[in-house]
Amino acid sequence: MSAILMPKPDQRVLDRRDAIIAGLAKLVPPAALITAEDERRAYETDALTAYRQLPLAVVLPSTTEEVAAVLAFLNAEGVKVVARGAGTSLAGGALPAEDAVVLGVSKMNRVLEVDTANRTIRVEAGVTNLGVTAAVQHLGFFYAPDPSSQLACTIAGNIGMNSGGAHCLKYGVTTNNVLGVKMVMMDGTIVEIGGEALDAAGLDLLGLIVGSEGQIGVVTEAVLRILPLAEGARPMLMGFQSAEACGACVAAIIASGIIPVAIEYMDRPAIRVCEAFAHAGYPLDVEALLIIEVEGSEEEIADLIDRITAIAAKFEPSTFKVSQSEAESAAIWKGRKSAFGAMGRIADYMCMDGTIPTGQLPRVLTGISEICAGYGLEVANIFHAGDGNLHPLVLFNANKPGELEKAEAAGADILKLCVEVGGCLTGEHGVGVEKRELMVHQFNRIDLDQQMRVKTALDPQWLLNPHKVFPLEGRPV
Amino acid sequence: MTAPLRPTSEAEIEAIVAEAVAARTPLAIEGGGTRDIGRPVQAARAVSTLGLSGVTLYEPSELVLSARAGTKLSEIEALLAGNRQRLAFEPIDWRPLLGTSGEPTIGGVTASNASGPRRIQAGAARDHLIGIRATTGRGETIKSGGRVMKNVTGYDFAKLAAGSWGTLGILTEVTYKLLPMAETETTLVYEGLDAARAVDAMTTALGTPFEVTGAAFLPGEPSRTLIRFEGFSASCGYRAGRLSDMLAAFGAPERLHDEASQSLWTAIRDVRPLGATGSDVVWRISVKPTDGPQVVARLEAEVSARTFLDWSGGLVWAAIDGPADGGAATVRTLVAMLGGHATLVRAPHGLRAALPSFQPEAPAVAAITAKIRESFDPAGVLNPGRMG
Repeated sequence: MSAILMPKPDQRVLDRRDAIIAGLAKLVPPAALITAEDERRAYETDALTAYRQLPLAVVLPSTTEEVAAVLAFLNAEGVKVVARGAGTSLAGGALPAEDAVVLGVSKMNRVLEVDTANRTIRVEAGVTNLGVTAAVQHLGFFYAPDPSSQLACTIAGNIGMNSGGAHCLKYGVTTNNVLGVKMVMMDGTIVEIGGEALDAAGLDLLGLIVGSEGQIGVVTEAVLRILPLAEGARPMLMGFQSAEACGACVAAIIASGIIPVAIEYMDRPAIRVCEAFAHAGYPLDVEALLIIEVEGSEEEIADLIDRITAIAAKFEPSTFKVSQSEAESAAIWKGRKSAFGAMGRIADYMCMDGTIPTGQLPRVLTGISEICAGYGLEVANIFHAGDGNLHPLVLFNANKPGELEKAEAAGADILKLCVEVGGCLTGEHGVGVEKRELMVHQFNRIDLDQQMRVKTALDPQWLLNPHKVFPLEGRPV
Repeated sequence: MTAPLRPTSEAEIEAIVAEAVAARTPLAIEGGGTRDIGRPVQAARAVSTLGLSGVTLYEPSELVLSARAGTKLSEIEALLAGNRQRLAFEPIDWRPLLGTSGEPTIGGVTASNASGPRRIQAGAARDHLIGIRATTGRGETIKSGGRVMKNVTGYDFAKLAAGSWGTLGILTEVTYKLLPMAETETTLVYEGLDAARAVDAMTTALGTPFEVTGAAFLPGEPSRTLIRFEGFSASCGYRAGRLSDMLAAFGAPERLHDEASQSLWTAIRDVRPLGATGSDVVWRISVKPTDGPQVVARLEAEVSARTFLDWSGGLVWAAIDGPADGGAATVRTLVAMLGGHATLVRAPHGLRAALPSFQPEAPAVAAITAKIRESFDPAGVLNPGRMG
């Protein structure tokens, strides 16, 4: 176990484990309650696999009412709850604790209603991100946020972490695409917030809930906005001999009034690994590569490509290639979307998620190289260039003692650099357990205290996913 | 009430709030004073944000702008126009409807979560607001978000601040993401549809890939159903052409371009199609778009409302003259049945003091709201009661 500490489990809860399990058994069917150690192992970590904690028990309710009963019981018993979607969090957002019950939403996975006239879909929160699009694609619609884990990750997790994706430059992130939720508070109260109308009454509680990392309530249903599929889309590849030229090209495209649907950036190490994995046709002789995608009719796509070509020419790209077929487009995106997996085949890595003002790109890239070199580690950079959301992958060897700690230290330095230049610790993955202790670099005591007051107001005992988001020191509970 | 206090720094605001807390004397918060909506605040003193003025950051190539809360919206829009950029959520100017004067401020735009016809495509202020600084009812200045486009670090208090009408904190600085101004715009105008047919046409249009950025229905002789496109001119022309082919069953539309189109949508944004509102009470009703025609029909039949529809039917503006309660019983019952919410945006002070202007929340939701508000403003000194 490395630098991030989990608090000592509550012995009083551990001692009452049998009684707690017996209580849960009265509330859900036997198949929905997991208590055997080998079966609980499946829930001991998420995509931040360096951290593992065997939960007290796992409960998998099928209805909102079951969730309410489980939470009311655990609230009365003073037992912590970690809500879990598919466990794809890269920030340890779903990392359990030994004295906590994992509440998984995987059995609540039905699409409840599709309404194309009002461009909405109502789903249970365990539906996968791609499952939402799959339910409406034949009708000519899609669900816009597209995190790389979209095949597996759930809407519950997307709402918890306010997930983004490659295409949010045009379509926004989760918070811009959720219209309503049904949610259970820790005391078992069921609330409905928002609905099918475009805006909701009163304070923007939805805005608070989305991205609250499972600390305010457990979302069991959601009304999401669906959007009509574009007539067509086409990616292009642009390679540059320097990060500076590449960054300047992105700024010039945006300044010209064009907002492509996606602008993705990869540096040389990332290109090499992704190309070896996906055979996407990425150039191997460039320092920086952009994948730029535009949408529309054939004519509109041709027009946008012409405009972008003219702008890019000023920055002398050494490669410029527009996809010529569906297969080529798919390969280009496969390379990008499987980047994390591809990297995982050659090394262990810590995936960072800071966001910076896009004008700071060259400075920050240089800084990242220096930081990693200082720790004797390699780094590959993949990020959403249009919005400045960086994903440096700090490579290390987990079998080598001390390397994980070094990678974590390098990661922390990178995130501090992001904050220093006017950015933030996390653009779309969430704080989770991973960046909890770094929050003091972005927020002062007053900021953090107010956030924690809201947590306390809505979950007075701090039972919902308590070990995340806020530094352990200075908590009210 | 004495002249509003006009602090020029966060430190001064903090001191004013601390004093108000100590003396238990609530504060009314105001910017330009153009959006006199909600329950009239009973406060001994008013605090104006007009002393906090000026753009503090503008990076056109990064599509980002920060301004102190009292900065005039017109100043920001002029600055952005110089770089062919804009706040894409098309914030409403309430002055024509409410008969207010003064200059809308960016703080007011934020505190009211302003939006406009482009809401259906671009969202509201909350969708473009990326950072805030605000002094809470504890006399402490907090920040949330920042100046970058993607940020999930900590709870999203920027969203909470948007539409909180000064009841959680006094905004001191806000940061917005920007978008390029469209090169051109085109509006298709269909004449003579009834509300139901119009909503059918508009929701169909919004289900196409042709990126409609406005969809409104104006009753009259003849009625007009309006569908807007924005972008590069070749693209606008193409999309308008494809859509009018698809909507051939609704008639042959007239096409309006540029200024003719713009002035029409500015009027819709500012609720001018209700005409002279005289002594009417005006409601803003938000429902799912396909419920719009039913709202119109019921309000016309039961309280002789004059109405028009924006957001493809999802936003009903209704002027009601006559009932002592301003039609509240009818409107609230209807919205409760359909789902959605209604805001009493224009009414005499007496009526607004007696009735909740904002949609009453379900008890469990109201409890959450109250707890959050209590955490920001435990003494209840910031615009108490304004949201009901």
